[in-house]
Amino acid sequence: MSNEFRLADGGRIDRDRPVRFDFEGQQLQGYAGDTLASALLANGVHRVATSNKYGRPRGIMAAGAEEPNALVQVEAPFPEPMLPATTVEVRDGLQASGLPGKGRLATEEDPARYDTMHTHCDVLVVGAGPAGLAAALSAARSGARVIVADADTEFGGSLLGSGQTLDGRAATDWVRRTTAELAEHPEVRLLPRTTVFGYYEDNYLVALEHRGDDASSRQRIWRMRAREVVLATGAHERPLVFSGNDRPGIMLAGSARTYVNRYAVLPGRRAVVFTTNDSAYAAAIDLHDAGVEIVAVVDAREVVSTYWASLCVERGIRIHASTGVVSTSGTDRITSAHLSSLGPEGNHPTSVRQVVTCDLLLVSGGWNPAVHLHSQARGSVRFAEDIGAFVPDGTDQAARSAGAVTGVLATGKCLTSGAEAGRDAARAAGFDAELARVPDSKHAPILAARHLWVVPGSGDSDGTTQFVDLARDATVADVRRAVAAGMDNVEHVKRYTTIGTAHDQGKTSGTLSTGVIAEVLGVGVGELGTTTFRAPYTPVTFAALAGRERGDLYDPVRVTAMHDWHVEQGALFENVGQWKRPWYYPHSGEDMETAVLRECYAVRSGVGMQDVSTLGKIDVQGPDAAEFLDLVYTNKMSTLKVGRIRYGLMCTADGMVFDDGTVTRTAEHRYLISTTSGGAANVLAHLEDWLQTEWTHLRVHLTSVTEHWATIALVGPESRQVLADVAPELDVDNDGFGFMTWQEGNVAGVHARVCRISFSGELAFEINVPWWYGREVWEVLMAGGRPYGITPYGTETMHVLRAEKGFPIVGQDTDGTITPHDLGMSWAVSKKKDDFLGKRSFSRPDTARTDRKHLVGLLPEDTNLVLPEGAQIVEQPELGEPPVPMLGHVTSSYRSAVLGSGFALAVVKGGRDRVGETLYSPVGDRPVPVTVTEPVFYDKEGARRDG
Amino acid sequence: MAEPYAESPLATYTDVLERSSVRGQLRIAEEPFLAQVTVRVDPKSPAAERVGTALGGMLPNQSGEVVLAGDLTVLWLGPDEWLVVGPEGRDRDVQERVTAALDGEHGAVVDVSANRTVLSVTGPRARDLLNKGCALDLHPRAFESNRCAQTMLARAGVILVRRDAEAPSFWLLVRSSFARYLADWLVDAAEEYRSGGGEP
Repeated sequence: MSNEFRLADGGRIDRDRPVRFDFEGQQLQGYAGDTLASALLANGVHRVATSNKYGRPRGIMAAGAEEPNALVQVEAPFPEPMLPATTVEVRDGLQASGLPGKGRLATEEDPARYDTMHTHCDVLVVGAGPAGLAAALSAARSGARVIVADADTEFGGSLLGSGQTLDGRAATDWVRRTTAELAEHPEVRLLPRTTVFGYYEDNYLVALEHRGDDASSRQRIWRMRAREVVLATGAHERPLVFSGNDRPGIMLAGSARTYVNRYAVLPGRRAVVFTTNDSAYAAAIDLHDAGVEIVAVVDAREVVSTYWASLCVERGIRIHASTGVVSTSGTDRITSAHLSSLGPEGNHPTSVRQVVTCDLLLVSGGWNPAVHLHSQARGSVRFAEDIGAFVPDGTDQAARSAGAVTGVLATGKCLTSGAEAGRDAARAAGFDAELARVPDSKHAPILAARHLWVVPGSGDSDGTTQFVDLARDATVADVRRAVAAGMDNVEHVKRYTTIGTAHDQGKTSGTLSTGVIAEVLGVGVGELGTTTFRAPYTPVTFAALAGRERGDLYDPVRVTAMHDWHVEQGALFENVGQWKRPWYYPHSGEDMETAVLRECYAVRSGVGMQDVSTLGKIDVQGPDAAEFLDLVYTNKMSTLKVGRIRYGLMCTADGMVFDDGTVTRTAEHRYLISTTSGGAANVLAHLEDWLQTEWTHLRVHLTSVTEHWATIALVGPESRQVLADVAPELDVDNDGFGFMTWQEGNVAGVHARVCRISFSGELAFEINVPWWYGREVWEVLMAGGRPYGITPYGTETMHVLRAEKGFPIVGQDTDGTITPHDLGMSWAVSKKKDDFLGKRSFSRPDTARTDRKHLVGLLPEDTNLVLPEGAQIVEQPELGEPPVPMLGHVTSSYRSAVLGSGFALAVVKGGRDRVGETLYSPVGDRPVPVTVTEPVFYDKEGARRDG
Repeated sequence: MAEPYAESPLATYTDVLERSSVRGQLRIAEEPFLAQVTVRVDPKSPAAERVGTALGGMLPNQSGEVVLAGDLTVLWLGPDEWLVVGPEGRDRDVQERVTAALDGEHGAVVDVSANRTVLSVTGPRARDLLNKGCALDLHPRAFESNRCAQTMLARAGVILVRRDAEAPSFWLLVRSSFARYLADWLVDAAEEYRSGGGEP
């Protein structure tokens, strides 16, 4: 039975390229150029899927993206769920099966590549049917940058499937010539297989290109900014609602015509055509001429077109006027259509008059302009009585609609409106565009259609088999139930019935459901309007949207100049913002705790070295720099002398700690400030914000220099000796190089700025050299420190060392609700300055409460215990009934080498007044006792900092 | 002590970038160690005029404008902000000249030579390659030679400079810590041109 329904010739398939595919275990053959749907029909397969709610057999209803029924699961080449068979190209090795609504996502990783391209143009033409092509021609000839995007595998739109002539030749000739001319224009980009699925503010549109499994990327997202947009998106044929209108073998008339003309496939042998308008006649004629027996044309109208009637008469096709198909028979395929005469408007049901056997029922209830993108662009729509559908009605964006989307259905008018839209768009974009000549087309007079929303059926007065949305299995009965429940608005009915919410977003059911609701409510269709159209127009995979931003390219990894050295030494890394920072450097066989204890011990007893290049650095220059720094730090910076360094806290205006770091005065009007690693960009933005909006009178310039410098912390009692060895010119004595001062000089032969600052309480030097020399200076220091047992250490050790000294880390021990006073750092808040960010907030009663959470130390009674960070602190050993009052929580917790026990920092209500008290922290299922202490655990007198 | 050796942020990427270049189509390479100096000054002040004279060309005053002054390239980064880019080792000279030209007037001169490195992307494919991650219109009608912009390329901030000679050519000035990410991204994005696919 291979290709039993394939015509001997014709169509746009490539008969020299047969392809084999598998559908539900059946080996079938199609041709290059086929969709899965056309290839299935060629092999006589109509039943493709099962409806998701009622399990009814479903077939192929359409020939494009509007397909509500024929959903397939593709298994090979790669599993993809829920694809309409009408949009899947057949290829060798394709494996698919029909779906009952839902599909299966692949469990294996998708090997295909997806990517993104940004582009701009003067005129974007969406849709390459007659209107779109004519528009593109007018625009392209003006020299404008034009993009033409069309979802189909080739340009031509309806011309590919209609078999009509233009200028007396096959319309596809004109399509070919036009496409060829467009391709010649250097500023034109043609994008077939590309669906524009989203239309956003300021003419920003997003499209998905299906590039094929052999392309360098399988799918590409196009992000397009257009000066002007021409929407030539065409129209979708509307089905009709009658009892049993969902059986396989019931197909949109225009789609059947496409199968015959474009794919050379007969969708049946014996057909009934049921229509409310003229357009289905062309399908009847084309199918008849291709060899399908047209048993009857059933026209709901009292008067039918004499033009089409005469063509039918010539072929012996019988027309039943004022008649409708009221029900059907058949299980896996329609076997008969039941005809009944329809009254004039008012639709009084009458009994079935005639049962006609058939294997194909073509339906046409008119055409719905595809106003989706226009509507997404915030364009309004209005109900056009003449075609019984909604058409575009103006938009604020630089866009215009052309062709069938505006409600014009004759090809000639589509061509003309397209050519005009293309010219107007190009002119609006500033080009001297002329109207492209459009070819002549035969134009049959069009007789008014009848708007028929529900065909009454005597057999189904409830409407439970009259399907409005086939994809959702929603019926007239569902609409009635929604209206009976009080819904009188399309949006409400949509949500109540789920009509229009399936993969097809109601392309065939949208206007139809409005019509049905209007009929049930007894109001006008135009009054009710449509539901909101939203992106995406057709489904888009997350893989395509993610593009290349996955795996290693998901987010930038920032590294320092010494990164490779850390990697070579086997460091494990911690993410700090986008930075990779060495976490700790385990020796073989060491776990994290052992490694960190070893690193801590080395720093406290000998010398250690840490890469601190990630700290943010901002150069502050200008005659008002001191005044500026006084305003942004809580403490006074203007008194800092050149050559000296001061620690500073920054608060936001609400008085909460925002960032901290050091301020180094490098010259009379110049400072270098440091920020936390994760906070650098935010601090710069915060400072620029105040400078540019509030303090515009201050003469200050800020320059980020974070990555100009590689920064090395050399820490521990032996650090002075190590530095002296590699920087013989530097005066490293305590007298010559005091705490919180800086010097310039050669370190390892490189000009460096060396600062005496410490984040561990130990004697320490911070060495800054330009990034380019970071690795070399680091290695020279390492080599020089070897006799002293120099030990590289990471962020974990740094955290332990600073916690032993009670130094908080902004963002770990603070969370945006902590003031400097809460941290016990009132010493860093100036009482003399007139103003600084946060000052006013400190006079709020809330910031003066005595029961605010204070930063305190905690020592678990069990010295082996390390409290989990985040653990709650409570007053009593018995928790009692919830809610249990919480006093605070643990913010930092480690094991200390020098204390020989676990210890923690915590924020605890009224904590400073609780020093010495025993509180409890629930760990696992038991509250463990902890003693509240001052937050400084080690070297309280500060004896170690000068070595 | 031996002469210190410098290592640019993409020193280990030379071969990778070379391999991802496509003869006649695309060339990606680091231009390491260029001198870069940030200059801030009121553009309407006499000091700004003196700075221009000292650099050998007026400071550009249009958004995104680039002025070539001898071997220096001056990028407009903001109404009162410029980046002077020059050959390796010119940083000190530029700082001294500009500082002298300011002559005590309010301004700022900052050596940022190591803060960013420079990647050059050259060839007929350069525009497409960059537009995979850059939302700006890089068509010559919109972004001609000697224009610059501060923008995002993929997920990294860059200063993008167009400097066409015979073929389209761009400089990407990227923060040193982001340089490897950006190089990885460029190599990945260039893959389709190496395999001969894609559209012209």
